Amino acid sequence: MADTSYKAGVKEYRDKYWTPDYVPLDTDLLACFKVTGQEGVPNEEVAGAVAAESSTGTWSTVWSELLTDLEFYKGRAYRIEDVPGDPESFYTFVAYPIDLFEEGSVVNVLTSLVGNVFGFKALKHLRLEDIRFPIAYIKTCGGPPAGINVERDRLNKYGRPMLGATIKPKLGLSAKNYGRAVYECLRGGLDLTKDDENVNSQPFMRWRDRFDFVAEAIDKAERETGETKGHYLNVTAATPEEMYKRAEYAKEVGCPIIMHDFITGGFTANTGLANWCRDNGMLLHIHRAMHAVIDRHPKHGIHFRVLAKCLRLSGGDHLHTGTVVGKLEGDRNSTLGFVDQLRESFVPEDRARGVFFDQDWGSMPGVFAVASGGIHVWHMPALVTIFGDDSVLQFGGGTQGHPWGNAAGACANRVALEASVKARNEGRHIEAEARDILTEAARTSPELAVAMETWKEIVFEFETVDKLDVS
Amino acid sequence: MAVNDMGNYDTRNTLETFGFLPKMDNNEIQAQVAYILANGWSPAIEHEHPSNATDAYWALWKLPFFGETDMGNVLDELEACHRAFPDHHVRLTGYDNYSQTQGSCFVVFEGRS
Repeated sequence: MADTSYKAGVKEYRDKYWTPDYVPLDTDLLACFKVTGQEGVPNEEVAGAVAAESSTGTWSTVWSELLTDLEFYKGRAYRIEDVPGDPESFYTFVAYPIDLFEEGSVVNVLTSLVGNVFGFKALKHLRLEDIRFPIAYIKTCGGPPAGINVERDRLNKYGRPMLGATIKPKLGLSAKNYGRAVYECLRGGLDLTKDDENVNSQPFMRWRDRFDFVAEAIDKAERETGETKGHYLNVTAATPEEMYKRAEYAKEVGCPIIMHDFITGGFTANTGLANWCRDNGMLLHIHRAMHAVIDRHPKHGIHFRVLAKCLRLSGGDHLHTGTVVGKLEGDRNSTLGFVDQLRESFVPEDRARGVFFDQDWGSMPGVFAVASGGIHVWHMPALVTIFGDDSVLQFGGGTQGHPWGNAAGACANRVALEASVKARNEGRHIEAEARDILTEAARTSPELAVAMETWKEIVFEFETVDKLDVS
Repeated sequence: MAVNDMGNYDTRNTLETFGFLPKMDNNEIQAQVAYILANGWSPAIEHEHPSNATDAYWALWKLPFFGETDMGNVLDELEACHRAFPDHHVRLTGYDNYSQTQGSCFVVFEGRS
């Protein structure tokens, strides 16, 4: 019930923004926050405050509220739940009317949902766990420039994950030497190579020189192997103008795919670049530098599943998701939860995977999951099992650290990949039979045999910091 | 690694998926056909002269085998296509009509070039 007379002063948030009887609309944008309040503040008051501060509310009543119908525009905290195994925190679910957000703007959504509220004094910690985007909102977003199926058709890659590598050393190579490293990887059997995220346009290798030599490396490898190849030319730059200039040149030299860092570059730049890619027939690989600053703490920040959903809406054809098995943080079920959000057209609520809402993606194209970081041939059967065909498996050190060099390392990975896919298709349990499958394949591939010997001892076994909250 | 112990990698023409594995025998091909059928995809056979192997479209051998459930029939057609075009590459594709992609695609016979 809207107030009809003006009374100055401070009101309790829960009076207006805690609405346990509210039934969310199909068009509402829903959010789940993990909330840790200051001691002594009731949960309903904290929940109401989160809803208020992330939507229409401010700390004091103002007269101009009465010029509109805030009952229509306000966010509502409609449910509170315990966090399993954590007496200090609770989940609050908030419904926001769709008209609070500009169409096609994850920038606007995030500015509201993770804006001032995260610095709110009544909260010790706050974490945005999940967002349910209504299909009505999704239809206003551009999404991936091409999507999984179109990318497969352009690159002629079917029935298996794609294979890539980040060129190493990540910094310091001249453009011509860098192009050599690309050529060696591609001629050896990789589908794609990648600029490291911090390769932009440094004094040792300016972007234009890199683009020229990489383009020649791709052309030559394609001619010699008969396969389609690509390299993610990183166009992340200090300004949008510079970014577009580099993107235009990548297209001019004939590279099929470019790359952007969506968090350091920002969602505005990302959405603009995705639109440019769609208009220009270019694929877009997305790196996620800075994500762990935001998503790793279990009680504060934004879970990566939210950032992944936002990226699918903003636009990208590939997104890094972690490897589960390699050197970087990543719980298996949680990773599978957000990998689904990238690729599926409908993802049901599944708390065991950290998915808090049903999510209908409608006809939005899918995004390839990219597994990259500290992985090598021994991980291949597990990676194929975890990530399936719609993924890019990237072995940087695991390709270029091969004792015979990049081409042999690439070949070893390609043999391991194809042997794993073939065995999976034959109905074998490739994770359990990993050693047998790889050993068989190595009989006809000396490159693989050497790789298996080189990396046999390397494992990364540390406990995950950000675990799912499960009872 | 001493240079004399190091192997040299010669670039190969590899024809995409499964191009790095040894040539499959009949049982292995049959297992891949079974995988295509088990996924509900439609098997199809395409062939092309090696000089045009990078074209997006290869010639279809008959039509995709919609509704086919007999692996033996698919294997017989692969053989028949190979006999009719011994100098062509012959590939087996699993057309996925739900997502409109090819769930599987690999070259079964390499043409004599």
